Amino acid sequence: MAEIVSLSAAIESAIHDGDTVAMEGFTHLIPHAAGREVIRQRRRGLTLVRMTPDVIYDQLIGAGCARKLVFSWGGNPGVGSLHRFRDAVENSWPGPLEIEEHSHAGMANRYAAGASGLPFAVLRGYAGTGLAGQPASIREITCPFTGEQLTAVSALRPDVTVIHAQCADRAGNIQLWGITGVQKEAVLAAQRSVVTVEEIVDELEPRPGAVVLPAWTVGYVAEVPGGAHPSYALGYSARDNDFYVAWDAISRDREAFTAWLEREVLG
Amino acid sequence: MAGARGARVSDYTADEMMTVTAARTLRDRMTCFVGIGLPSAAANLARATHAPGLVLIYESGTIGAKPGSLPLSIGDGILAQTADAVVSVPEIFNYWLQPGRIDLGFLGAAQIDRFGNINTTVIGDYTRPKIRLPGAGGAPEIAGCCREVTVVLRQNLRAFVDRLDFITSVGFGDGPGARQRLGLAGAGPQKIITDLGVLEPDDTCEFVLTGVYPGVSVTDVQARTGWELRVSPQLAQIRAPGPDELTALRALQAEGAEA
Repeated sequence: MAEIVSLSAAIESAIHDGDTVAMEGFTHLIPHAAGREVIRQRRRGLTLVRMTPDVIYDQLIGAGCARKLVFSWGGNPGVGSLHRFRDAVENSWPGPLEIEEHSHAGMANRYAAGASGLPFAVLRGYAGTGLAGQPASIREITCPFTGEQLTAVSALRPDVTVIHAQCADRAGNIQLWGITGVQKEAVLAAQRSVVTVEEIVDELEPRPGAVVLPAWTVGYVAEVPGGAHPSYALGYSARDNDFYVAWDAISRDREAFTAWLEREVLG
Repeated sequence: MAGARGARVSDYTADEMMTVTAARTLRDRMTCFVGIGLPSAAANLARATHAPGLVLIYESGTIGAKPGSLPLSIGDGILAQTADAVVSVPEIFNYWLQPGRIDLGFLGAAQIDRFGNINTTVIGDYTRPKIRLPGAGGAPEIAGCCREVTVVLRQNLRAFVDRLDFITSVGFGDGPGARQRLGLAGAGPQKIITDLGVLEPDDTCEFVLTGVYPGVSVTDVQARTGWELRVSPQLAQIRAPGPDELTALRALQAEGAEA
């Protein structure tokens, strides 16, 4: 049942060293403030799960919070490389990073299986690709009805899922809209959850097409206006495309990144 | 007139030629699964010119997006605000892409081989990569499930290789019959559009040169291909971008830069 707390209390209670943590939000509603709080609280040995690691995980990886990354597309959208992610994979800086990689369709189905309480999901995918050689999470399966060869992917069941949404009410019911990505599945697949919101309101306004997560499906709720920046919250803010472009130079160089981390997150 | 046209022709870039060529291949009212960058620019150019009814689908779950300028990411707010429908990420892949509802998938690549297989994962050895690339994203299933695929990338020896370092997305696998054996329903890549010209598969599934841009010779293209590139007997001379195409493309990019 939802509990409305501060962001620092939510991270303190929900995320522990060594946890498997999914922070979702597909370009829109990325829980950046929560990511920075995890860095501030110096969590270590995390398995980070996310379809698009994006700038949020570039920061967590560079800050040394991650042991392993489970993902499907690790770039800076529209800009280029994630340099902290690359430095970790190519040069083990600041430490080695184990990777488990999928396609978007595979990751989305893995979350859906987790949310559905199933051990795996089935899709048409991976056949003939180099990704298929990961037997821990991808196997061939024969359809019991037609005999067709399909692909099974193991369920994702994070210890904690973290998302950002537009609104919560005082009971902790959550409402998000616009591009809602895979957040519903990621929250329902997880043991615990942290939801940051732009604002807590007396009553949620009904919106066609919005995703509602009832209070009894979420854990900690924290009001963090602007908590998605440099991502955005439709109806509240615009994507800070300039920051994504600027991140390329900040993240390219270890010293520039470390200075940014000290100044903007730890300082 | 000839003088004005000449002046116009001399000031377009290779990327503009490539984007315009890609846009021309799109037909009105097609459904098109688009990635960000060149594919998105080409698809939006087509929508702004000869194909106003083109349906743009982005993997963020925005179906029928109608951005007035080029988005930086596949999840910019303008895509959701102008879409016919916004669906979840599991839904866009499972209900929309997987059953083969989408006419055309538009992909980029870091490396491509003679059978149109694509690498966007690593350069070098997988466990100790020289360059770690972003990875698969939506591409493997776009390549498998769309009715057909167009690949857009710049042509050089780093990209057009004899052997991929990693197969991220399957084109024609190892040749005729491979897609059927793998259970890939779509027809696979039908065009590779580069900054030099256009390649299309022949009946052995190998990509051959079928068109070149003004001022580009066949030997230029062969010199920037890592396999012995064959040339179609019906090699086309592709026309330069027209003023209307360039104006529309630059307007899209200018508004994108201002936004």
